[in-house]
Amino acid sequence: MVKSDFGYNSKVEGEVIVTRADAVVNWVRSNSVWPMPMGLACCAIELMAAGGSRFDISRFGMEVMRFSPRQADCMIVAGTVTYKMAEVVRRIYDQMAEPKWVVAMGACASTGGMYRSYATQRAQHVVGRERPGCGRERLLEFAEALGMMLLQEKIRQEGGSLRRTFRGRTIETKIVS
Amino acid sequence: MDAAALTSRFPATQDLAGKDMPTFRVAGSDLLAVVSALRDEQGFDLLADLCGLELQGRPARFGVVIHLLSTTHKEYVRLHVDAVNDRVPSVSSLHPGANWHEREAYDMFGIVFEGHPDPRRILMWDSYPYHPLRKDFPLAGIEVPFPAADVAEVTGQKVEPAPMMGGPFVSHGGKLSEGEPSALDQSWTEEKPKA
Repeated sequence: MVKSDFGYNSKVEGEVIVTRADAVVNWVRSNSVWPMPMGLACCAIELMAAGGSRFDISRFGMEVMRFSPRQADCMIVAGTVTYKMAEVVRRIYDQMAEPKWVVAMGACASTGGMYRSYATQRAQHVVGRERPGCGRERLLEFAEALGMMLLQEKIRQEGGSLRRTFRGRTIETKIVS
Repeated sequence: MDAAALTSRFPATQDLAGKDMPTFRVAGSDLLAVVSALRDEQGFDLLADLCGLELQGRPARFGVVIHLLSTTHKEYVRLHVDAVNDRVPSVSSLHPGANWHEREAYDMFGIVFEGHPDPRRILMWDSYPYHPLRKDFPLAGIEVPFPAADVAEVTGQKVEPAPMMGGPFVSHGGKLSEGEPSALDQSWTEEKPKA
């Protein structure tokens, strides 16, 4: 955690951290993003590679690939989205529980990629973060890791997360470590 | 492969003197009998491919090419069929593997396969109004309503022709470097020169 939403000097404060509840909630959410892999094409293989040992996404807490939208936090759209599949992607997104994020992985999911075709949709309308590059180049896993870290940053910046969870009650929390 | 047996039994079958494999043009009315004879008597038991074509210089607009493989004699045979009035008999009763191939030929060209057990589109969605691989269909597509109306209302998605060269996220077009060969005719990029 590099952004200091709290100051901590163990000699002064002992083993108690005082922080904002939002920061705590955001920190927890960002470090345990459970992805739902919407693997549609070649980037799905790259997503599997990102889950492997070399480009480990388990170091971010994301090795838990939940294939049910009800149990996932983040839908990773990996691969070319055709018009026929776009309907399905949207419906699965609607079935996810709040809070939810979407990552468009690869060029096809972000912008339609190299395809200029009657069947391929060009841009995602539900995007939290984009990771460009074609999955068939080996660098996509680096981009994936970077993209997931960007997502974590985005989650950490969210305002009012605890308020939204508990519908208006603000709570101050002390974490005793 | 006994070509003489085939041409003597089916006089409308024309031997096209294929260079890589025996190739025949078969009349649509004979197709089922020919494929059945090849399968049962000459051992061509595997349908390797069934493909729709748009023909040039033939009386019919569309045709179908069928490749059959004999797993016992290790030989291929190729059959060309013209689609009279865009209709061709379906061979899926003889070779069940032809089922999806024929659905694809219908979806992409509009060739109707008579006797097909499940005649619907396979690649595009069921209500798509065009046949995309016809020569008069533009590569980028034609605007049609989005397949799911309720999703389109919520998200505002449209099925539009894909953007052309010079659109966002693409290069400005034309020659990018002198070091690489490039096509002389790039009219397909449809780039309009900036005035």
